[in-house]
Amino acid sequence: MDIHEYQAKKILSSYGVQILDGELALNTSEAVAAFNKLNSDICVVKAQVHSGARGKAGGIVLCKTDQEVKDASDKLFGTYLKTIQTGDEGKIIERLYIESGCDIDREIYLAFVMDRASQRIVMVASAEGGMSIEELAIEKPDSIKKIEIDPVVGLTGFQARELSFALNLPKEALGKAVKLFMGCYKAMTNLDMNMLEINPLVLTKDNDLIALDAKISFDDNAIFKHPEIDELNDNAQKDPREVAAKEHDLSYVGLDGDIGCIINGAGLAMASMDMIKYCGGEPANFLDIGGGASPERVGKAFELVLADKKVKAMLVNVYAGINRCDWIAEGLVQVIPKVNLQIPLIVRLSGTNVEEGIKIVKDSGLPIILADTLKDAAQKAVDAAKQ
Amino acid sequence: MSVLLNKNTKVLVQGITGRIGNFHAEEMIAYGTNVVAGVTPGKGGTTHLGKPVFNTVKEAVEETGAEATIVFVPAAAAADGIMEAADAGIKYAVSITDGIPAHDMIRVKRYMLRYKKDERMILTGPNCAGTITPGEAMIGIMPGHIYMPGEVGVIGRSGTLGYEAASQMKAEGIGISTSVGIGGDPINGSSHKDILELFNEDDKTKAVMIIGEIGGPQEAEAAEYVQKHMKKPVAAYIAGLTAPKGRRMGHAGAIVSGKGESAAEKVELLKEAGIHIIPNPSEMGSTMKEVMDKHL
Repeated sequence: MDIHEYQAKKILSSYGVQILDGELALNTSEAVAAFNKLNSDICVVKAQVHSGARGKAGGIVLCKTDQEVKDASDKLFGTYLKTIQTGDEGKIIERLYIESGCDIDREIYLAFVMDRASQRIVMVASAEGGMSIEELAIEKPDSIKKIEIDPVVGLTGFQARELSFALNLPKEALGKAVKLFMGCYKAMTNLDMNMLEINPLVLTKDNDLIALDAKISFDDNAIFKHPEIDELNDNAQKDPREVAAKEHDLSYVGLDGDIGCIINGAGLAMASMDMIKYCGGEPANFLDIGGGASPERVGKAFELVLADKKVKAMLVNVYAGINRCDWIAEGLVQVIPKVNLQIPLIVRLSGTNVEEGIKIVKDSGLPIILADTLKDAAQKAVDAAKQ
Repeated sequence: MSVLLNKNTKVLVQGITGRIGNFHAEEMIAYGTNVVAGVTPGKGGTTHLGKPVFNTVKEAVEETGAEATIVFVPAAAAADGIMEAADAGIKYAVSITDGIPAHDMIRVKRYMLRYKKDERMILTGPNCAGTITPGEAMIGIMPGHIYMPGEVGVIGRSGTLGYEAASQMKAEGIGISTSVGIGGDPINGSSHKDILELFNEDDKTKAVMIIGEIGGPQEAEAAEYVQKHMKKPVAAYIAGLTAPKGRRMGHAGAIVSGKGESAAEKVELLKEAGIHIIPNPSEMGSTMKEVMDKHL
């Protein structure tokens, strides 16, 4: 789960990370009032969307007067910010963060990530801040310093100092740097973060270290431990189809193709999508219906996939392991008359009790196209979508 | 021989009296698995499915000599259940649970390092379908009847895709020595490479199939191992060619977040390592057949 910059900064601030004064604004008048409250010569109006690279997309505006704040806010509110990370649709701007400015001496890149190779948390930093880590990896790979953290001992003082020296921070900033790194690591582990990125972390002329931006992603599997984090969720930043899917505990990812997919198991779902592509089509979605595909769940899955008007054909592919094909077939036969299906439906059942399942589908008299193999199913779906 | 599990392996079921644990323990016993006991804290001294139930894994190991365990414990407490098994001297644990917090798994992995390498528990999963040595025993939730005994070792991250592979191979007349699910989580007990090492030394296994997916470095690591050390032919399929970058495809670990993590990049690495690439998921059986015909 991702959160907004202002929320991330509030969390980091409570762990001793220095941030600039800032105020959240939900409309233009609040934005102007926030600027006045900051009592600063300049401010930065920052669009709060779940994406990086907001500056290049025009989502971050430097302002010096009330009028400039008003103009920037009017221009941003209610529009969709398209960054290199959001795709063509962009993400809606409903919140602005009005932040005061500071004198920047240097910009640093800092992140804490869950490293899948070492299976530990790794602290990643570069003295070349401002760029994304992907750009850094290509342009200045030698500038990236990585330190692996033992989960039992935690981040040690010597590791924090090592990083501080590697970043060429002045000795006046050493104590502050150690405190900052320690605070970030504590926040990451206490709150089950998958990723914490401060880019840029700035060194000021007074040797202060300030988080100018902050990005946090939480482990979805650990949200149950932190109800206060769950409240930071902002559904407006997500694909509405995915929000609806989550309400029914279905795993769904919307894509751009025209073949709707309902599959059991994440791996088989990805494989079925690959097969569609291989047969010359494009999947409209990823949907893992999971084990125990009850008629209710099947019904919800159909509603969800059919809500996407691009969908021209539907593919249901179920490998019944613990499930049984006859249960799934009964569910399908119950659900299909209710969902007002106007497009071809291709069903492939395999695994436990497959003969009984196929018989139920055939006997129902419903216009279901049965398929034998994964390839057969994908090919039939692709052909149906093209007609 | 087979890897990790055979018909004699003494198996424990943690959470045997729960709804899910009970259901699958019954299936495992019906398949022929040597289930010796169950563990449910607070139900020690009772009997369930004809097996003694203990309060702790330690007691169960002392009383029955259990060597392997399957952990049917809900996500919030699953990490604790795995560590309990490691501490009790269990040699092999399977964690089925989906949704274990990643930080919990980081602690589990670190905890297991407390034990010397030859005494250290092997963990597969979490978020997997388990392990089966067809015709002998299964520790998992898979439909046992679709697996045919044979000579191909299978390593996979996904449950249902593993079933698909098993049935395609069966249709080609190809059997499986052992099929090991390593799970779809970002922090997992064993990697593809860890299991490849076991298959490499297993007499019964003549070839290996890897079923990988997008996300993480473990397929690349496997490619390197195969190139340098593998004595047996390997075929691989990587799921997720159509998955967009930065989107989690069901499994917590199935997300392309950096270089080398997309399906296309992984396929390239595996190909360079001399691994036979399965071009699409409908050709898992036929590709394996070609590999067997060519090499064996």
